[in-house]
Amino acid sequence: MPDNSGPAIAFERVTKRYADGTIAVDAVSLAVEPGSFVALVGASGSGKSTLLKTVNRLVVPSEGRVLIDGVDVSEGAAWQLRRRIGYVFQNIGLFPHLTVAQNIALPLRLDGRNDRARVDALLDTVELPDSLASRTPAELSGGQRQRVGVARALATDPGLLLMDEPFGALDPVTRESLGQAIVRLQRERRLTVLMVTHDMAEALLDAARVLVMERGRVVADTTPAALIAGEGGDTAQALVAVPRAQAERIAALARGQT
Amino acid sequence: MSDAFARVPALAAQHLLLGISALVLALALALPLGWLSARRPRVARVTLGFASLVQTIPSLALLALFYPALLWLSGVVGGGVPALGFLPALLALTLYALLPIIRNLVTGLTGIDPAVLEAADGVGMTAAQKLRLIELPLVLPVAMAGIRTAAVWTIGAATLSTTVGQPSLGDLIFAGLQTQAWPLVIAGCVSAAALALGVDALLGLAEYGARNRRAWLIWGAVALLGAATLAASAPLWARGGGDRTVVIGAKNFSEQYILARLIGDRLARAGYTVQYRDGLGSTVAFGAVASGDVDAYVDYAGTIWAGEMKRNDVPPRAEQVRAIAEWARATRGVGMVGALGFENAYAFAMRGDDARARGIASLADVARQSPQLKLGADLEFLDRTEWATIRRAYPMRFASATPYSPTFMYRALESGRADVISAFSSDGRIAADRLVTLSDPERAIPGYDAILLVAPARTKDARFLTAIRPLIGRIPVSAMREANYMVDRDTNKATPEAAARWLATKIGL
Repeated sequence: MPDNSGPAIAFERVTKRYADGTIAVDAVSLAVEPGSFVALVGASGSGKSTLLKTVNRLVVPSEGRVLIDGVDVSEGAAWQLRRRIGYVFQNIGLFPHLTVAQNIALPLRLDGRNDRARVDALLDTVELPDSLASRTPAELSGGQRQRVGVARALATDPGLLLMDEPFGALDPVTRESLGQAIVRLQRERRLTVLMVTHDMAEALLDAARVLVMERGRVVADTTPAALIAGEGGDTAQALVAVPRAQAERIAALARGQT
Repeated sequence: MSDAFARVPALAAQHLLLGISALVLALALALPLGWLSARRPRVARVTLGFASLVQTIPSLALLALFYPALLWLSGVVGGGVPALGFLPALLALTLYALLPIIRNLVTGLTGIDPAVLEAADGVGMTAAQKLRLIELPLVLPVAMAGIRTAAVWTIGAATLSTTVGQPSLGDLIFAGLQTQAWPLVIAGCVSAAALALGVDALLGLAEYGARNRRAWLIWGAVALLGAATLAASAPLWARGGGDRTVVIGAKNFSEQYILARLIGDRLARAGYTVQYRDGLGSTVAFGAVASGDVDAYVDYAGTIWAGEMKRNDVPPRAEQVRAIAEWARATRGVGMVGALGFENAYAFAMRGDDARARGIASLADVARQSPQLKLGADLEFLDRTEWATIRRAYPMRFASATPYSPTFMYRALESGRADVISAFSSDGRIAADRLVTLSDPERAIPGYDAILLVAPARTKDARFLTAIRPLIGRIPVSAMREANYMVDRDTNKATPEAAARWLATKIGL
């Protein structure tokens, strides 16, 4: 497996204020360890997506800065930065006029590479049959599309993967299987993964570290185990309460049947 | 008639050249504007608003408006801007073609899924790569539909460029409409339609090539279009005749077509290459000869008197002609070779039996009975200074006043849709249709001697003047009427060319 252990990310008092005065991200400072899987959890409007996008410059902070391996992301051209970062998001954004293979190969093409074998390997990685390579996105199911989206994000073998509600639009079965695939990939390749989700259960099961955001601030920064143990404060516990209650009801059902 | 059909290829070439030029210019403007509009809603409001506004102006009016606009511009920059011919036609058609191109481009660009654009940014495309790899391919089908619409509109509307002195297939349509030579009208329409469909098909082929990544198809189609345009423009380079090529103007009625051919035949015999600008609007014609776009044409004293000189007094005819010659030379440098000998005055006419039954013999009688009468006029009469002058002399209020093209005006009188028409005194149909012309006891209608006018540069061209001077004072109204009737009658029609040859023989030239 690649010997990279992913880059480290540092947020330094990152603030995003919109023209109408709304503050989406409020002076967030935190460090992400290389090769770690970090989940950003919060209600909609809590600023988690905005914070994520400051890393690949889809959002430019009003104040503060973001560093990757000690280098300010605002140095150099945005497109150069983004080619080193995998980006997966809820709406996927496959290019409708290109085939599956062409979609996956596009980041390679931007680098001037034409590597058919790499495309086949990526299809394997996201567990898609080679027969889909010549299909267009319109011919795929939602789950297949997001697998293509992940394969495209991994095409240039980036050490850092940004995921913005990546499985939000998928059915629970696909969601679980794709989530597990990502966790495996992260461990095998020691990727640094930053994943935004509003689903605390997903965060607890996939990530090693969970950041809870509320009104632009990080209000909890802890591990899944600590959250299960009741730590992290009221906002975090309110989010944990739902999957906990569901898990207990399912457990009760299981006991009732045995 | 075969003379006229022989002009089809040359006219089609000029038509195509005009249409393609306008389309290319429109693309050069509309593509960046549309691209900007898709990004800036404020720009979109302004450009789409403007393009839609242009679209609401009838294309004929839009063409006509460029004449005064360019005249004004020429005055501002100190001359040199042609107000007639290719330039105004090109500009009007270009404006006309903007809307479908811009609108489809904006629709196509704003219709691209924002997620696709976010993904394009996310994988690290530069702005240029995003445009080339994502936006262009996705917008192409919609944008291309707009371009094809614009192409068909432009080539269709190019038929109207005849009215601003730019030869096109519209020459055949207007001439045919005027002389009721329906085969000419059909030839003009069918040729224009064939050109439009041909260009549309080639653009469709290029689009198919782009969609299926067959570069040779795109370039093939573009090359064919380019070659056709080049071929169409070939006669322009070959022209180079300079002083030896003359352009004879004609307004949009039979007498004008005949006189233009009569003049043209004499110049051709004197060794000039002759071209015709048929169907000029009445007010456009004088400007055309003043600017040199037209070398010679025949106008009528009263038209210049009222329309250009804004006079409404009625001096004796000879005195009026002298005053016009002096005015034209002094103000615009236009030369008047002389009067042809006949008059084509506005003459109010009625059906003979009807006039007798109503007891009408003069304009004063018409004025008294006007509330019971329907007026039919030619297309411009109701807006002319003469009409205002006549109404001052004879207060009239007609039950209705309807403009017709001259041919249909006579038909309207015949069928009873009109009771009085603003006829022309040299028109052969007055005698043939048994019409009576009404007298003008107040002398409100000025003289309308046919006068031969030449462009400033030709006033010093002795050979040119020698060739046309024999026409002066030579054409009696009876001969002109007869020649007009040969073209205007319903059966056994003659072409203007044939009528001109007949007239030349008749007057002994």
